[in-house]
Order: sequence, then structure tokens, then C-alpha cells
Amino acid sequence: MHVAADPAPPRLALSGIRKIYPAVVANDGIDLAVRPGEIHAVLGENGAGKSTLMKIIYGVVKPDAGEIRWDGRQIEIAHPRAARSLGIGMVFQHFSLFETLTVVENVALALDRERDLAALSRRIEEVSARYGLPLDPRRLVHSLSVGERQRVEILRCLLQQPRLLIMDEPTSVLTPQAVQKLFDTLRQIAAEGCSILYISHKLDEIQALCHAATVLRAGKVTGNCDPRQESASSLARMMIGKDLPVCEHPQAKQGGEARLVLAGLSQRSEDPFGTDLRDIHLSVHAGEIVGIAGVSGNGQQELLGALSGEVPLANAAPVQLLGVEAGRLDAGLRRSLGLGFVPEERLGRGAVPEMTLAENALLTAHRSMGLVRGGLVRPERLRAFARDAIEKFTVKSSGTEAEAKSLSGGNLQKFIVGRELLQSPRVLVVSQPTWGVDVGAAAFIRQALVELRNAGAAILVISEELDELFEICDRIAVLAKGRLSPAVRARNTSVAEIGMWMSGLWPGAGNGAPEGTSHVA
Amino acid sequence: MTELLVPIVVATLAAGTPLVFAALGELVTEKSGVLNLGVEGMMLVGAIAAFAATVASGNTWVGVIAGMLAGAAMSLVFAALALTLQANQVAAGLALSLFGLGLSAFAGKPLESIALQAPLVFRIPLLSDVPLLGPMLFSHQPLVYLSWLLVALVSWFLYRSRAGLVLRAVGESPVSANAIGYPVIAIRYLATLFGGAMAGIGGAFLSIVYTPMWVEGMTAGRGWIALALVVFATWRPGRVLAGAYLFGGVTIAQFFAQGAGVAVASQLLSSLPYLATIVVLVLISRHPNIIRLNAPVSLGKPYHPDA
Repeated sequence: MHVAADPAPPRLALSGIRKIYPAVVANDGIDLAVRPGEIHAVLGENGAGKSTLMKIIYGVVKPDAGEIRWDGRQIEIAHPRAARSLGIGMVFQHFSLFETLTVVENVALALDRERDLAALSRRIEEVSARYGLPLDPRRLVHSLSVGERQRVEILRCLLQQPRLLIMDEPTSVLTPQAVQKLFDTLRQIAAEGCSILYISHKLDEIQALCHAATVLRAGKVTGNCDPRQESASSLARMMIGKDLPVCEHPQAKQGGEARLVLAGLSQRSEDPFGTDLRDIHLSVHAGEIVGIAGVSGNGQQELLGALSGEVPLANAAPVQLLGVEAGRLDAGLRRSLGLGFVPEERLGRGAVPEMTLAENALLTAHRSMGLVRGGLVRPERLRAFARDAIEKFTVKSSGTEAEAKSLSGGNLQKFIVGRELLQSPRVLVVSQPTWGVDVGAAAFIRQALVELRNAGAAILVISEELDELFEICDRIAVLAKGRLSPAVRARNTSVAEIGMWMSGLWPGAGNGAPEGTSHVA
Repeated sequence: MTELLVPIVVATLAAGTPLVFAALGELVTEKSGVLNLGVEGMMLVGAIAAFAATVASGNTWVGVIAGMLAGAAMSLVFAALALTLQANQVAAGLALSLFGLGLSAFAGKPLESIALQAPLVFRIPLLSDVPLLGPMLFSHQPLVYLSWLLVALVSWFLYRSRAGLVLRAVGESPVSANAIGYPVIAIRYLATLFGGAMAGIGGAFLSIVYTPMWVEGMTAGRGWIALALVVFATWRPGRVLAGAYLFGGVTIAQFFAQGAGVAVASQLLSSLPYLATIVVLVLISRHPNIIRLNAPVSLGKPYHPDA
């Protein structure tokens, strides 16, 4: 990079940006400069203040103090429309698309002067061909895969001829192959002079793609560097203030009995935008962790509902729990057989936000921990159980009477995992165990799962994070388009192979869907 | 046969017209993601305002405009509660219905013994001379034609205009619409006001055209049927028209049955339109996907601009 002698002012320069929310200082004196054509990483953990900073740049949130310069000129960005007229485009982590509208309608909504949808459709086709982002403008968004939806977001920005593109955790929903394609597109966009702000906590991606990085921790800048010159561990130290924790993972003992068996599970989705499950076979044995990889939206929700008992099946046989045909049992009965369950949504499904931690503990543990006698709650035992979960899992909270919603994501997740693990489940089903959780808590949760496995439990982990699955799983299968691949030993496969399978292409997957029509999403 | 057919069709269309107005307005409100259950109250206040203004001015159109403004004013109360103050939409809507019932009864007390002259039907030149179809379709109250025009306009607005696209986007995901820069609350205000104005016209049609007098609670549940009609029509303007005439037809059938001396208690016959509403709602609920694919996704959910 031509850092020192570049006469042109930075495309965007922030200085002293400060934003205070009632409970937390989200941004505390942040400085950041992005040059024309530069891909600039903003690196930090969840809660480091990345999202707030991007919302300030995009005009969604107003800073309490600080200065924004655009091409050297001091400006104020009052709302997203103002940001767009400057040439700032943003691709959101959780997409801001409208499911019941078509691609072209979605794009038109973001363009201020676009009235002729037919002409716009032609432009979409043109631009998508130029950047290698194939899309049919007439399709309804709900019928698109997650990768295709991201293309819509990117195209929507590109059609505005952006001068600064903000990408918020863009790869969290993509297969490894799709990530490579995205990087090619981003390099092409940057080469044409557009600046890119790339927000992520994935060190390897930032090293592969970005020219410069600004590292945030707890609302402050803790480092400015060229990520290509740094090692992963030096970046990690800037990001979390210490070395990355490593998970202890001894080899699994083999030959445990099959505790969770799926025998030809097929289930129509209750959601019109959902994915039907098709003939799923899997067995999870005592003393092993089996991972299910795949991009969400490929049947994960439906599979979880069928496993937990939230959506009871028509037949009992396809789900066998500890030798019992459990397909028609509801969630409570399955729990009393010895099933533990941690859903991916912490608030609303894993815990009731307005209830205290003790009450939330009661909800799933009342049977197995003997917290109720004669229809009455035993408050002493309940508090002792909740306190146990808080202490053993180092949950930062004001105690057993703290409301669930008052905890940070990582702490609440530790509490929910703790609540399930302390009940010594014989089978545990976990979805996205570390989604939105900081690195320290994530390592803690993974270690706890491995220890539960070592104690002989059968564990099924559904996750989008391949690194996580390879770290803790003994066997890995892939869920794609409602079908499940065979489960292979984690040591005998690779990220590349699993990534390929994530687009539905595994040996023997062909029946029904010709391979030629499948595409990497 | 034809002597009977013409009056049945004419009466059916007249009975359905207040429902067309009210349901069409509510449809636009709901497409923006706002559930206003106060249709009954807005219709009643529109009815009494229209009646009073017509009595005072002697001009039907002054009455229609007064009804429209009164309905819009009522919806403004709702919008202030539910959109600005973020009150629960269901509770605010129910309160508005009860408030409208009481307010219209209070305001209408001195006007109860007055009867108006129903305005003349307007025969569309040439078309109304066509045998059979002419008297059936082209010899109506001017407001009936207006309702047809509005159905076409709303349909065009929602599915052909950019503003309609924005409205649908706001109803589907206010968070996303805000993120790309649309003023969600302002758009929802406008949609709610439109719904109120239309309910007001529906009420005006009842009190100055359909039965040209004021009776306390004279909408008799039509506001609630209009709400059900929106679901029945799966949020499509054209189907609102069909649905409204279906319910209008059931209302008229009841009169003809009573007139023909069918040996069923008249109270039972009067309950037919409401029974029909329930039956239809049950039938379409058997296909949940039809509703879920057409319903505004964030219907009834409050939106906090700062969240």
C-alpha cells in the first residue's frame, strides 16, 4: 500500500467518535481512516462496538461526539438516505430484504429514482453478469437461498455506484466455496476504486482479503495494522487482549450404544418459506459428538423442531431416543426420557426474557432435578440449582433473581448450557452453541460440551461454523436442501470437502435432483 | 324472474357498499403493518357526522365529506396511541370501537327523530339503457360507482405504483424499510388515516343513503365484518369487492326469505351474515399458507424507530 505519500485525502475519516447507550459506552473515541480502493477490516468481538460504528457511518445512529470527514470535507450523516447519496452502501449481516417481494422490487426500493421495473431488471442482469453474481430479477426473495439473498444485497449497493461499501459479517452465511467467490467480487469492486469496510471476527478471512485493519475492543481502538504482516495470534491479542483459548479434545471412546437414532425422518415444513426434511438417517452414540454442518435455511429449523418435540411427528418410529420410539412424544416427555436441548435463539426459546434466571431454570429442570413436589415449587432447591449453574458456568449476573434479558448474550448462553448440562442429559441436542458469543465464552461452552461427551453423553451439534464443528466433533454430517449426508469421521475429512457437500453434492446424493442443476449458494 | 333479479342485485350491491369502503380502507392500513380494530367505531362516528352535516347543509356531498373527515379524525386518535405512543394495537383498536359507539350515540341523541330524503340514483347515460345489465349495474347511487373506482385505484396503487411498493415493504419489515431510509411511522400514519377516511365514507353511506336516518349503533357489526373481509380477501382489493357483495347478498337473502314467509325465526335469519362470516373464515383458515403468503408479515407488531 501507498500509505505515507498518498496526496488524496481518505475517502472516509472518523475521529473521536463516541456513542453512549444507557448501560454501555459502545464507541469511545474511535479513529478510523479508509483510502479509496482500500479493503479495510474492522475487527473485534461481539460487543466491541463494530455494529454501532457502522450504523453511525450509515446514518442509522447519531454519534454523541466526534467528527466525520468524507473526501476531506467535514459532514454530518443524518439518515441512511443521506449516506446513500454520498455513495455509501451497506450489506447487512441480517438481511434487510423483503421476503414477499421480488428481487427487482427489492432493488427498486433502495434506489431513489427508479420507476421502470423492466429497465431495472435489465440493469440487474447486466451488473450481475459483470460481477459474477447470477440472479433472476423476477424471483421472489423468499425462494432464494441465503447466498443468493446476499447477492441481492450486494447488487442493490452496486447499482448505486457506491464509493464506500460496508460489509457486515458477510461470510457468516456462506459455504467456503461461496466465500472465495465473494472475495473475488470484492477485489474487483475495490480495484475499480470503491473503498470497502469489511467487518468480521474471522482472522483468516481478514488476512486473506484486507489491506488494512482497525481492531476494536470494548468500544476502543486497540490496534491499527496491515493484517497481511501480522500473525493470527498477534491479531487475536489485539482483539481479545490475550491468546486464543484452545479446546482440549481427547479422542472419543468408540463402541457406545446408539442413543439417538433418526430412521427415515421426513417432515413437511410448517413454514411456507421453510425446507421439508427428506428421509434423514443418523445415529448418535454414547460418548461421541456428532456435528451437522450446513447453511441455515436448509432444514435446520425443521430438524430441531422434530428432535426437540416442539413439532411432534405423525409417526413414532423415525425418532428413537434411548431405544424408545419417540416421534409422537412432546418436548416435556422427551426431556423426561433424558433429552437436553439448547436452541439457537436464546431469548424467547431458550429462555423467557422477562423471567428470572431461577424461573428459567425451573422451566426445563423441574422434573429431572426434583424442583417440584405435590404441584408446588420448592424454592430452596430451585435457587440452589440456579446458583449452581451460575457458579459452575461463571455466568456474570446479579444473581438468581436477575432477569434473563439483563444478561449479555454470552452470559445467558452459558447459563442456558449450564442449566441443561447440570441435569446430566443422556442425549443433548445443541443448535449454534456459540452464535453471537465472545471468544472466551465460546471456548468455555465448547469445553463443557466435550466434557459432557467424555462423561458418556450422546451429543448432536447443529452449527454453521465449520471451525467449531471441526474443533469439537467426532463425526460430521451435512444438511443441505432438507437431506442429510452420511456422517464421516472429522479426522478423515476436510473443510473443503464438507464445504462441497454443503451445496448438496455428496457421493450418492444425486437421486431426485440431478447434480447439474445444483449450484453453490 | 328478471323482475326479481334486478331488485335483488341492486339491493345486494347497496348492502355491500359500506363494507367495500370500510374493508378497502382497512386493507391499506393493514398492508402497512397496522391492525386497526376500530373500524366499527370509525364507521359510526362517520355515520353520525355525515348525517348531522347533511341535515345542516341539505347537501349529501357535504355529508360524505364530513363523514370522511370524522373517520379520519378517529383514526388519527388511534395512530397517535398506537404509532406515536407505541400502545398495543389490539387494545387501542378495541378502545376506539367502544369510544366511537359511545361518542356517536351521544352526538346523535338530538337527531334521532329526523328522516332524510335518500339521494337520487345516477343512471349512467347509454349504459343504463342496456336491457337487464343497465338497471342492474349502471343505475346506482353515485357512491357505489365511487367504491368501484376506489377498488381499481387501490389495486393499481398497491401493485403498480412505487408508493404502493414502499407501503407493502413497510408492512412486511419496518426494520428493513427504515434501514434503507423510509420514514416508517409517517407512512403508517398515512395508511391509517386512509383507513379511517374510508370507514367514515362507509358510515356516511349507511346513514345518508342506505337507511337515510340515524339510529344508535346502526352499523350493527359491519365494521367487524369489514375486518373479517380483509382476511377473507387475503389482502387483495378485487376480492374485497367480491367478498363484500357476497355478504351483502346474504343480508338481502334474509329479507327476501322473510318476505317470502319462510318459516324460520327472523332473528335466526338476521344472524346469517355473521354466521357466513364465521364459516368463511374457518374455511380459508384450513389453508394457512394462503394467508401467510399474502398477509403483511409484521401486521399488528409495534415498531420502535430506535430499536
